[in-house]
Amino acid sequence: MLRITGGKVYDPANNIDGQVKDLHVDAAGCFCEAVSEGRTIDATGMIVMPGGVDVHTHVAGGAINFARAMTPEDHRRTQAFIRTKTRRSGLGGMAPTTFATGYLYAGMGWTTVNEAAVPVLSARHTHEELADIPIVDKSTLTLMANNEIMLDQMEAGEYERAKDVVAWYLWAAKSYGVKAVNPGGVAAWKWGGDARQLNAPIEGYSKLTPGTIVTQLARICDELGLPHPMHLHCNNLGAPGNISTTLDTLRHLEGSRAHIAHSQYHAYGGDGWETICSAAAELAEYFNTHPTITTDAGAVLFGDTVTITADGPWQHLLHKLTGRKWGNLDIENETGCGIVPYTYRPSNLVNAVQWACGLELLLLIQNPWQVFLSTDHPNGGCFWRYPEIIKLLMSRDFRDECLKKLPSKIKNRITLPEIDREYTLLDVATSMSAGPARALGLANKGNLAAGCDADLVIYEQEDDPAEMFSHPRYVIKGGEVIIEDGEIRETPEGREYIVRPHYDPGTDDFMRPLFEDCYTMAFDNYPVEMERVRGAIIRDCQTGEAS
Amino acid sequence: MGIKLTLTRQPTVPLEAEVLAPNALADCSTDQIAARTVYHGKRQLPLADFFEIEGERSDELEIHGDLKKVRWVGRAMSRGRLTIHGNVGMHLGAYMTGGQIEVLGNAGDWIGAEMKGGQIHVQGNAGGQVGAAYRGSLAGMKGGLIHVTGSAGLEVGMRMRRGIIVIGGAAKDFTGLQMKGGTIVLMEGAEIRTGAWMNRGTIISLKAVQVMPTFALATKNFVPPFLPLLAKALAPQGITIPTDCGFDFYSGDLSVPGRGELLIRQAD
Repeated sequence: MLRITGGKVYDPANNIDGQVKDLHVDAAGCFCEAVSEGRTIDATGMIVMPGGVDVHTHVAGGAINFARAMTPEDHRRTQAFIRTKTRRSGLGGMAPTTFATGYLYAGMGWTTVNEAAVPVLSARHTHEELADIPIVDKSTLTLMANNEIMLDQMEAGEYERAKDVVAWYLWAAKSYGVKAVNPGGVAAWKWGGDARQLNAPIEGYSKLTPGTIVTQLARICDELGLPHPMHLHCNNLGAPGNISTTLDTLRHLEGSRAHIAHSQYHAYGGDGWETICSAAAELAEYFNTHPTITTDAGAVLFGDTVTITADGPWQHLLHKLTGRKWGNLDIENETGCGIVPYTYRPSNLVNAVQWACGLELLLLIQNPWQVFLSTDHPNGGCFWRYPEIIKLLMSRDFRDECLKKLPSKIKNRITLPEIDREYTLLDVATSMSAGPARALGLANKGNLAAGCDADLVIYEQEDDPAEMFSHPRYVIKGGEVIIEDGEIRETPEGREYIVRPHYDPGTDDFMRPLFEDCYTMAFDNYPVEMERVRGAIIRDCQTGEAS
Repeated sequence: MGIKLTLTRQPTVPLEAEVLAPNALADCSTDQIAARTVYHGKRQLPLADFFEIEGERSDELEIHGDLKKVRWVGRAMSRGRLTIHGNVGMHLGAYMTGGQIEVLGNAGDWIGAEMKGGQIHVQGNAGGQVGAAYRGSLAGMKGGLIHVTGSAGLEVGMRMRRGIIVIGGAAKDFTGLQMKGGTIVLMEGAEIRTGAWMNRGTIISLKAVQVMPTFALATKNFVPPFLPLLAKALAPQGITIPTDCGFDFYSGDLSVPGRGELLIRQAD
């Protein structure tokens, strides 16, 4: 039991904007009205926020593990975690190791993370790694938009069957929702192609288009009653002029819920690398007029990182553009995967546009409940650099200072210099916690009301937001004090959220022969057993329940 | 007087001792030096467990004994003078940015790996990966001079970007692998695949070496105009490079495609 007294509370879910309020935590680790005993933390003069929720990150599974293996050069130069009594050893850096991931997230006040891209074939591995990420609560999304068994159903017009297949896969993977990456494009990549137009049939199919996949998959997520809508990485990522594809995709989604992942990578104008410009204003306008769609920024920070995505064709292109090393994984008939280390440089015009574009989206989308803090870790930058983004959002002066380092050719390609908006602490709390929690359908997260999980972070007020957000005074997870005075005190295991959607019991028999035709793995070995998921919290989905 | 360390106990597993660098010890008293941490395998132990220490507060560091199992000596050193009276293990002078290292014995692999400046002189033989890039890195040494009087192992100057490596004896395979710049001088030639994947940079061999088929002969009897300059720069180190003879000039590695230079002294 715990009392936090005297802090200035920023709790967007309950419209509390800096009022001084005492918080009470019961023995079960949830907020309650009052407790009579236990420790009291005097937070007078400090800032209290709900613990951060990362809606889109890559922290476990085959891809990030491959990225770790591919970047030994980073391991040598990065922060090392030496084993202590409470802490396991590990490495930080571009792709931190499992235990270090938990320490680094918790260390800056994030308490829930959503691993946004898991092929079913590596789901077991992913759950094993998630079990080794301490402190934070977790969820995973299953890659579906290039799954050949599902695509075949859509091609044949068997919508209901496709829905059963999706539900079957989600339960097999013990995941929390559906991720769609470059719908149809990764399937086409296996024929050496890509899918950049929403209305053109996909290579290898006669009539199925990316547009159909997007529309139907979003509807399936809604009809299955998944707490999180379809999590979409649009077609044509990273390409100049891709704003038209993105807007076209959004039009295909009308009538459904959707979350657009890392929209920064999908908001470019121009028609080539020489003419690339930010089209964030145009995309933001769409979000401002469509309040039911959410997105995360996928902001870019200058420096070294490693890009990892299921978007195999894009990664091949990136490797060709940069000459950096390239890894490609083939995930049978489920999806693809590519890894390319990358350095974002302020002197590079394209990178400068990307940097500005992510910030523009965060600032131009007016409602912080719609746009969330993310770097698509590790693609745009590492998650432990989020405080830098918060500083950029909170301080126009700091943005102006950074803008001076960009090449002069950037003029007229970005709108960032004209944006006056500065995030308030309430905006930050919404964008880093309450908003993503709501988008994920995690009602107990990002919320300081009685009954919710007691995940919160307490900052000492400082002039420099980057300093303040990098070094919280206290981090409390499930009522336990995890970080105190800059030190990790406890490293409890986190929980994992999974969904159990309804599907026709005959789906097993339907899948078995298809499976035996296409997969290298035995059908009975494929679904992840429940005991593989540490600390599972199962949510039964009722068809048509989604709000 | 400088600091003198003498190895008193041979480590049973490799001893990782990056504190054995002048700039790491220069401001320390004898007691402070004795207490500095070294890693014996996974165990953290004080330096005094392995070395007898004489002298203090100096950036002249002298180490005596057979240090072939001692790694990372002179790691990232930036100044001062380090002399090793005996053999030394892997990673000597890796990441160094300045100062001088003199080894009166043999050295292990990866000496001067990813160094940026300073000088290393090994009077005996060196292992492989002299001045190389560590696995995964884009570039190896970016400056400074490595002089090995004896022979060297595989992948000398792998992915080096700038700086000079001089090997007095023979080098093994893959000298100048994926080289991006800088200069390698081979007094006694090298084994096979010299300059494989090289992009830029110069390899000068005073003995015949096997030329890969992906190198094209640009000109014969070529007298490189920069050679007197290089000879003058290396003369203070006691390295003599003839400036009056002709070279076969090959360009490659064309499979990259690269524009590296392979200069082989013509047989008299």
